[in-house]
Amino acid sequence: MERRAFYQNPVLPWLLLAPQLLLVLVFFYWPTSQALFWAFTLEQPWGGGNTWAGFNNFLYIFGDGRYWATVARSAFYAIAVSAISMCLALTLAMFVDRALKGTRMFQSVFVWPYAIAAPAAGVAFRFIFAPEAGLIGAVNEMWPGIWNPATNGFHALGMVIVCHAWLGIGYNFIFFLAALQMLPKSLSEAGAMDGARPYRRMLDIQLPLIAPTVFFLLIMNLISSFTDSFGLIDVMTEGGPINATEVMVYKLYVDGFKGLDYSGAAAQSIVLMLLVIALTFVQFRWVEKRVHYN
Amino acid sequence: MTAITLSGVKKRYLKNPVVHGVDVTIESGEFVVILGPSGCGKSTLLRMIAGLEDITEGTIAIGDTVVNKLEPRERGCAMVFQNYALYPHMSVAQNIGYALKVAGMPRAQRDAKVMSVAKSVGLDPYLTRKPGELSGGQRQRVAMARAMVREPKVFLFDEPFSNLDAKLRVAMRAEVRNLHRSLGVTSVFVTHDQTEAMTLADRLIIMNQGIVEQVGKPSEVYHRPASLFVADFIGSPAMNLIKGQFDAIGNFLHGRGGMLHLPGAASIAAGRDVTLGVRPEAVRRVEAGTRGAIAAVVDYIEELGAARLVYADTDGNRIVLVDERTDALGTGMPIHFTLGENDLHLFDNADGKRIEMRADHRVPSLLNA
Amino acid sequence: MIERSPLFDFITYATMILGMFLVLVPFWITIVAGSQNLQEVSQVPLNLWPSGHLVENIQTAWTRSDLGPKMINSLIVAVGVTTGKIILAALSAFAIVFFNFRARMICFWLIFITLMLPLEVRIVPTYSIAANALLPFQTILDVFGITGLIETLSGVRIGLEWNLLNSYTGLILPLVATATGTFLYRQFFMTIPDELVEASKMDGSGPIRFFLDVLLPLSRTNMLALATIMFVSSWNQYLWPLLITTDRKNFGTVVMQLKALIPAQNGTPDWNVTMAGALIIMLPPLLVVALMQRWFVRGLISRDK
Repeated sequence: MERRAFYQNPVLPWLLLAPQLLLVLVFFYWPTSQALFWAFTLEQPWGGGNTWAGFNNFLYIFGDGRYWATVARSAFYAIAVSAISMCLALTLAMFVDRALKGTRMFQSVFVWPYAIAAPAAGVAFRFIFAPEAGLIGAVNEMWPGIWNPATNGFHALGMVIVCHAWLGIGYNFIFFLAALQMLPKSLSEAGAMDGARPYRRMLDIQLPLIAPTVFFLLIMNLISSFTDSFGLIDVMTEGGPINATEVMVYKLYVDGFKGLDYSGAAAQSIVLMLLVIALTFVQFRWVEKRVHYN
Repeated sequence: MTAITLSGVKKRYLKNPVVHGVDVTIESGEFVVILGPSGCGKSTLLRMIAGLEDITEGTIAIGDTVVNKLEPRERGCAMVFQNYALYPHMSVAQNIGYALKVAGMPRAQRDAKVMSVAKSVGLDPYLTRKPGELSGGQRQRVAMARAMVREPKVFLFDEPFSNLDAKLRVAMRAEVRNLHRSLGVTSVFVTHDQTEAMTLADRLIIMNQGIVEQVGKPSEVYHRPASLFVADFIGSPAMNLIKGQFDAIGNFLHGRGGMLHLPGAASIAAGRDVTLGVRPEAVRRVEAGTRGAIAAVVDYIEELGAARLVYADTDGNRIVLVDERTDALGTGMPIHFTLGENDLHLFDNADGKRIEMRADHRVPSLLNA
Repeated sequence: MIERSPLFDFITYATMILGMFLVLVPFWITIVAGSQNLQEVSQVPLNLWPSGHLVENIQTAWTRSDLGPKMINSLIVAVGVTTGKIILAALSAFAIVFFNFRARMICFWLIFITLMLPLEVRIVPTYSIAANALLPFQTILDVFGITGLIETLSGVRIGLEWNLLNSYTGLILPLVATATGTFLYRQFFMTIPDELVEASKMDGSGPIRFFLDVLLPLSRTNMLALATIMFVSSWNQYLWPLLITTDRKNFGTVVMQLKALIPAQNGTPDWNVTMAGALIIMLPPLLVVALMQRWFVRGLISRDK
């Protein structure tokens, strides 16, 4: 609904907005437009002149097999993390939503991973999955060499994915539970009157009704797997072994800040930004649709 | 004392007119009720007086001051809102005293005033409660106390009782009436409830689709509705309205061959499409064969206890009458009625306006031709 | 629920216990390993019960990674971002929701679009601004010829420069420059009924009084939620501090120290120290979330729905 009660003042709103607008301009719009400029030029690292390069920077990264491998890996990573994390969180939320005795304690614990810094979780999981240390090490003693993320790329990628999925449980859980609790109780009661057992009601009534939340979270998870993965990977594998865990944000960092290929990194940034913007738009379209039939 | 003068007041939202030009003077100390269906522009009109909406065209004066350009706080009005609009985080005392605090009144003086106003509406035991801890009626009282404490020149009420249950509504009505009697402050009250309007108002302003249909005392509005809309809107059960035509000699032709002889109307209404109106309580049931009796067939009956409403068909038109007899009556049975000569209303179908039948044109008797 | 179904209740508890186990395992391992000595932590298989060396391990980690000053840095950044964001967001959302001015929607979208691109995605361009945050203004002056004009008039060449590298402002400001808070406040302000604004107008208060007397007290819950979210996310920042602070000794944050705590490939595998360090580094945001859970969950949800 549109508001109808407003204040009128020619100056005050601008004074209120000025600090925020200034920050956004300096730290968002200016640099983002700069990146566009750099992506189309060839620049000396950190200053110096730059020459017009047209689409060459993009052609270069798109012609690079290693870049495509990174893109494919990022996609797999994103899907795997989102799927695992959301399934776990949804299951937990559905059972917590039954509000049996003592549920509150479970409910607060399930939120905890939200508070943990990705690199901190990375350190903990690195120890848990360290081939020589006390947990996996016991398995490795029984079957030598069965697990070694330091040399096996699949093991390394799996380890990072598991850790990232664990980190996402808290956030996903909060949203799923909220969505479930917003459903009118009468629907579940009607289902019970129709003879549906609790398990059936979950599948037939609750799950379809929270579909919008599922979709919203899917997008949020995909975006977060592009962005939050940096801390995890830097602490756990540094992209190795042999690039097996290098995702887009990490490659961008390595190329730009370690390899000092600023133009290439700028082009990669643009690609990544477009990707994230596209995902956000998909989400907006969905949200809009939802609003319409509400 | 403060009169409110509205001259040529119009309101448009993005070119859509919602109030089409209102000219009314509300006398000092008067209690005026603006009545109309939802969306008729009555709330907009009230909010323009309050200063919450811009006035697109025309002027509003409170007392001698044109207030078009004044901020709400400078107009000396206090308002009671439909959903009370109490500040949820402030206690009852803080809510009542907030306007005084904003005005910079010293604390001790403020507390004393809040206390005395709260006492007068019976809120003194609840001063420390938050609005969320009050019942609907109590919240309503806080909203009124908040308006009273400022000793305003004008009270504005925007459908204040619409969230209350029926019994409470009647009680609050009496309180508002008493309040007005004791303070004598000019008051404008907006509602869509005609009973509320009739019982409260010194004068009514009846609005429809942004137009003032009639201004007048409740009895005037009831007995001499100025338009078809007012005739239909005021009164329950609604007035019987029968569309028809007058021929040159004053016969009112309606329905499937129905005909009423109204010689007096011949000169003023001949050849025009008109609507004849008569209130259900003015339709008198008579024995068959009574002079001037019109025949009808009963459709159904609504029992009210003290009387009953008979819905009947006369020549293809529906007529409702209040019947105080208790004889057995059922669907399909014939009845007869006469129409009280002084209770007939005529309206022009073209513009919906009342057609005045001068006293000497009033038909001495009505003949069923 | 409505009917009794002991079997399904059992499944419910079983799942929740399993979930709790899943969530708590990393915490438990961190505590267990962090409390053992080098010999215990190197055992295969690991003894899954805590030992008594937690304090001593924390002390080692504390001195080894210089966590004292880093904790203070992290705290400064987290508190700085949180307060900055709360104040700016409240002000800008107030302007956007309660004022009717021509550029209202443009301003809203200008701020809102920043939600789309998290800092990590635009890390390269944002870093480029760090060397001189005033570069945009210099460029504007240059482009419009104002620099040259002033130079010929006064002989002074304007050189705007503000280096953000190795500074608290550099750590804080870019994190404040996003719309999360503005959006959260906006969502809440939209639920304030029009009548409340009108009632306060009738009571004679202007916009600033309304903001201070009505809006701020009413938005306390949302403020707490935003504070929690911002504290957690800024404490947990990793990539940005890593880039903006070359002077780790003076401006490093605790989360940046985690990597240095991991035992080197061929060094002593003293995971006990690592885990003790990780434990205290993850503790502050965890405490904040645990304490503020009730409010912050509510706020987080109103943000995106």
